[in-house]
Amino acid sequence: MTEQTTTLMSAAAARGPLAMEAISVSKDFKIGRGQILHAVRDASFNLYRGAVVALVGESGSGKSTAARLLAGQERLTSGAIKLDGKPVEVTSRGDFRRYKSQVQYVFQDPFSSLNPVHTVQYHLERPLKLHHGKSANTDTEVAALMEQVRLTPANHFLVKYPHELSGGQRQRVSFARALAARPTVLLADEPVSMLDVSIRLEMLNLLDDLRKRLSLAMLYITHDIASARYFADEILVMYAGEIVERGPAEEVTQQPAHPYTQLLVASSPDPDNLGSALRRGANGTRRPGPQRTRTPERAATAGCPFSPRCPLAEDRCREEDPPLLPITATRGAACWRLDVAAPELIPGLPGGGSTTNN
Amino acid sequence: MTADPGRAPVPVAASPVAAQDAVLEIRDLSVVYRTPGGDVRAVDKVNLSLAPGEVVGLCGESGSGKSTLVYGASRLLRAPALITSGTVIYSGRRVTKPADVLRMRPDELQRLRWREIAIVFQSAMNALNPVLNVRDQLLDVIHAHLRIPRDEARERAASLLDLVGIPRSRLRSYPHELSGGMRQRVMIAMALATDPEVVIMDEPTTALDVVVQRDILAQIVELKEQLGFSIVFITHDLSLLLELADRIAVMYAGQLLEIGTASEIHREPSHPYTKGLLNSFPSLRGPRRDLTGIPGSPPDLRDPPPGCPFLPRCAYGTSACEEVDMHLLPVATSKDPDHVTACPFVLPGTPVPDRPGTRQEPAGEPAA
Repeated sequence: MTEQTTTLMSAAAARGPLAMEAISVSKDFKIGRGQILHAVRDASFNLYRGAVVALVGESGSGKSTAARLLAGQERLTSGAIKLDGKPVEVTSRGDFRRYKSQVQYVFQDPFSSLNPVHTVQYHLERPLKLHHGKSANTDTEVAALMEQVRLTPANHFLVKYPHELSGGQRQRVSFARALAARPTVLLADEPVSMLDVSIRLEMLNLLDDLRKRLSLAMLYITHDIASARYFADEILVMYAGEIVERGPAEEVTQQPAHPYTQLLVASSPDPDNLGSALRRGANGTRRPGPQRTRTPERAATAGCPFSPRCPLAEDRCREEDPPLLPITATRGAACWRLDVAAPELIPGLPGGGSTTNN
Repeated sequence: MTADPGRAPVPVAASPVAAQDAVLEIRDLSVVYRTPGGDVRAVDKVNLSLAPGEVVGLCGESGSGKSTLVYGASRLLRAPALITSGTVIYSGRRVTKPADVLRMRPDELQRLRWREIAIVFQSAMNALNPVLNVRDQLLDVIHAHLRIPRDEARERAASLLDLVGIPRSRLRSYPHELSGGMRQRVMIAMALATDPEVVIMDEPTTALDVVVQRDILAQIVELKEQLGFSIVFITHDLSLLLELADRIAVMYAGQLLEIGTASEIHREPSHPYTKGLLNSFPSLRGPRRDLTGIPGSPPDLRDPPPGCPFLPRCAYGTSACEEVDMHLLPVATSKDPDHVTACPFVLPGTPVPDRPGTRQEPAGEPAA
């Protein structure tokens, strides 16, 4: 197998020029007693202008840490991040501010990410002043931001405090605040998961609209793979800090290759399949598949991190961590047993000769 | 009492199991929040019944009154909330005759709570006591509501953990040592500690990710089959209810807009709000649909205008909607007489009218 995993093309590449690259980034946390938690392991991906890349995984899979690395909130343990082709080197406060004006972060919880003692106006003026200090026309810029996130009439909302706004309105303010810096990259960490189902879609449509109009490179972090299908160009599935599958959103959701992705897809509510496995569960016809119980430890210390839960795991999986093996030009999965997990996808797997295993 | 004499009583069809033996029957329940700015009508004349062994899903967005409804029905609200009308008839297997929960004496309530009606609260982190370990919290419940010897209670606490799939070694764990899913399982174990007839679940899986959510839902269904309790399941996620619930009640602005079996709601939603909800979540399977969501936001319940509360956001709205009586009536085209809706105008299958400005536009003015 001569092919490098990094030669995989991104499904989002067609949308626009490269904005940001994460090259083999890793982040370890020391958690006492000499133990190390590998929050992100050797992850590589690119963000492109005008495209959405979704990072999907369960709580604790490292998706937020990956975004915080990109945002410059955490130091890399190893690897590199490039913005517009140049390696990111933050050595001073000014550097960091310049970096932040290009890369902005939207937090999950609009109830805690806004300052309760300040008005909407303050929240938007502050980044404007910080990042574009001398621009005289703060008022018109604030009004334009409000227009962009469709909080109109602006005057009505600008004087309000966060507690006077609904969850959706608060999240719009968060978006506006992020856009105030005129970023090229927007890192959205579960931007809709705290909101009601009925307004989630409206917010995703708004983000999509902003992406198009401002040609933003967007990283969309979510545990809802269905919304990633709807919203993203490329999906990266993370498990225990590793990207275990990546590819075009539609392909990954319709034909998941990695057993973990298959579990994620199977776990999503499926209204078109009424009385599905969930309701039959009691009669002993539980759907076969990955183990229900969560991994006791965070992940296996050696081998594939999913192997303790994986129904297909064999000796090799427990000993050797699989790299991201290319399936097509834009798609890859980190699994030794793809030939069994997703036989219909397998012809493209180079050197996937583990069929006669062990 | 803020009873409105202009309103006719709700037709019998609204509570299909009424004739049979519903384990819990809410009739005409109204709850207001007394605020300096006027009464907020959080729950407005709601009728809902729960049959033995049934899973009723109560679905609505934040502020629709779904939690207020069930907390009101189980007498858990305190001022400024005020129950202004209604009866809540409980008739479980263990009680000799049906009784009105809203008129119970404190000692009767004490016997009803947890023993008959138990609740799984929304946020397990806040609902569990951080300074008590799991076993002590379970024992607390058992001793408060059951008269059994100490060692029997301990055995019961341990077997409750078995029931929800947590190893007994976790009995001495404190809440912060458990994962989110485990905490929620502990909450379920606590609710089941006294073998209740009715379990109210208030968004028990909302904070969890999908894989854990699914495990817990499967567990709930399994326990229900095994122990035979009934469930009122509150959530804002209709897609989840479609899989889980037997019947679904859709709540909006303090009123029920539609009740039907999960399959009726899924195949033939009648109320425009239900249709909007169904068109709000991206589906993982099948063709990629163009999704619309529901533009706008819910009305202010301090001074709700007459007629349908959903009118300002409704794509089908007409002037007749301003005067419509919000009664649940059987859906005209439905074969199932228990499928009831508050919208007499829109039948299942009516295409969405092509009205400009109804798509993707938020409250306020359309964007340029």
